[in-house]
Amino acid sequence: MEYIARRVLYTLFVLWAVASILFLMFRLMPGDPRAAFIDNTFTAEQQQLLLVQFGLDQPLYVQYGKYMVNLVQGDLGMSFIYKRPVVEMVMEVLPNSLVLTLTSLIIAYAFGMVAGAFLARMRGTWVEGVTIPVVLATRAAPEFWLGMVFLAIFSFSLGWFPAGGASSAGITYDSFWQQLVSPDYWRHLALPVITLTLYLQGLPLLLMRSNMLEVMEDEFVTMARMKGLSEWSIVMRHAARNALLPVATAFALGVGFSISGNVVIETVFSWPGIGRLLVTAVSSSDYPLAQGAFLFITVVFVVANLIADMLYAVLDPRVSHGSAG
Amino acid sequence: MAAQVDTSPAGAAAKPRAAWHRRLKQVLPTSDPFAVAGILIYVVFILVAIFADQLATHDPMEILFTDTYKLARSLPPGPDHLLGTTNVGRDIYSQLIYGTRGALLIGFAAAAAVVAVGTLVGLVSGYLGGWVDNVLMRLADIALGIPFLPFVVVLAAFLRPSMWNVVFAITILLWPNSGRVIRSQVLSVRERAFVEAAVVTGASKAQILFVHIAPNVLPLSFLYGSIAVGWAILTEASISFLGFGPSDTVTWGYMLQDAYASQALSRGHYNWFVPPGVCIILVVLAGFFITRGYEEILFPKLRR
Repeated sequence: MEYIARRVLYTLFVLWAVASILFLMFRLMPGDPRAAFIDNTFTAEQQQLLLVQFGLDQPLYVQYGKYMVNLVQGDLGMSFIYKRPVVEMVMEVLPNSLVLTLTSLIIAYAFGMVAGAFLARMRGTWVEGVTIPVVLATRAAPEFWLGMVFLAIFSFSLGWFPAGGASSAGITYDSFWQQLVSPDYWRHLALPVITLTLYLQGLPLLLMRSNMLEVMEDEFVTMARMKGLSEWSIVMRHAARNALLPVATAFALGVGFSISGNVVIETVFSWPGIGRLLVTAVSSSDYPLAQGAFLFITVVFVVANLIADMLYAVLDPRVSHGSAG
Repeated sequence: MAAQVDTSPAGAAAKPRAAWHRRLKQVLPTSDPFAVAGILIYVVFILVAIFADQLATHDPMEILFTDTYKLARSLPPGPDHLLGTTNVGRDIYSQLIYGTRGALLIGFAAAAAVVAVGTLVGLVSGYLGGWVDNVLMRLADIALGIPFLPFVVVLAAFLRPSMWNVVFAITILLWPNSGRVIRSQVLSVRERAFVEAAVVTGASKAQILFVHIAPNVLPLSFLYGSIAVGWAILTEASISFLGFGPSDTVTWGYMLQDAYASQALSRGHYNWFVPPGVCIILVVLAGFFITRGYEEILFPKLRR
């Protein structure tokens, strides 16, 4: 209990630190943050009015105080360009990112665990010799490049999938759930998911494989063998269960890492997610929007890390909670 | 996490130079066939980077014309242009050659910076302990809590796109990984007899840290260095692809961004966007192989 409380406190500390760093970075950006927003044709009074509106006329520490208070209340300000609340804009695209990430992760981990266990059984054969370098190569390939190659082949050349976006022209949805069950949505989702899955499956596969190899040498497996249990029973009921532990932790970590790595995948496929929102906001100097998108990604990232830590502590009773710093 | 690296530390206190010498022999892992393959790939790419001026057939950014004074746009691969030309008439092969130089420069610079900062922090934090250790490790926590690529995007926009800013961004986010592991290694090394012996003979703190303890964490530093090279090259490529990369250098990431933005995908110009990706895979894969070699030296129990 004390361990969990400390982990939560530490997560809040990291979030506070990141929010503060972001505040400083966006205030100290080269050039005036207003430059992107204020038109040259504005009169001096109009400019001053806008400064007051965004609170940019006050000293830095007052701005910081307000920023923190607003943050705690869940107010991330208004987008410079769209003149809409940042939270609303982020909430609009966040589900798309989560659908993309979770679908890919689940497929990647399901495949990776089975393939990893299989490869552990194939140890020392030519199958292993061929497969391992190929798996490593999928991890070495830049995600966005895989996406580009797939786009060129499956979308532009073969025409099997749409080239980008989340819905065909003219299609609108009344609710997120309606969108989620629409075949059109899934047709757009397919290629990004395939790309991300291919990139993600390497880690659970290699983890599962090395865990299985390690576990299969453990004493309790020898014990099970001596009891005369079948090989199937040994692998599935005894070994796999123990080998799963680090994979489960990696999955939770994977949610955070994928959300943060999604900026490139979402850009390649013009997928309207939070990563693409961040990139377009940064390119167009829309600082409140960029700041908000970044903070949301950080929250998902840090909370996923927290869950991974707790999962590990719950699943593995050997982890000592007393001395962990 | 703390791996016992040294097995024969007895003579280390008497002959500190010997300790460095012994460690330097472990700098290149040559016992593992994969690691050797990785080193060979690196050697080829390093040679290409060094002799880029001789190997390239054209200026990578020059807009070329055919013999009949027409713009040499989107030419297929041939004897004049080994990999063809881009849609504005630039030689792809020459871009690939110069891109090797850009990518390796960023990769090695970032790896050197990450390892230098990580090793220094690990040594100081682990050896001094107390509030210094506390502050440094909380900084590490913060850096590890920041989503990597989004932060590099924001930072690159903040600092203006340039090669050194990409290196800087990678350094301030990646040092904690090596720093933490090296710290825990220092914690175990400093309890050993030869360090005690050095203290007794009146060696200064700096002497103990850099002459007696540092050699023992060197292989770990190189392990993290070999990981960082690949990370840096991948990150540079991603950042360039998103349009925040260095504008003053041709890199593989720049080529991919250029191809993507110029509709090379819909036109099926595979000769344009496939080669840079293959180069990135080869370099990063070579890094994985070399890393594996280090792990076998450091953690022999993992050998399987």
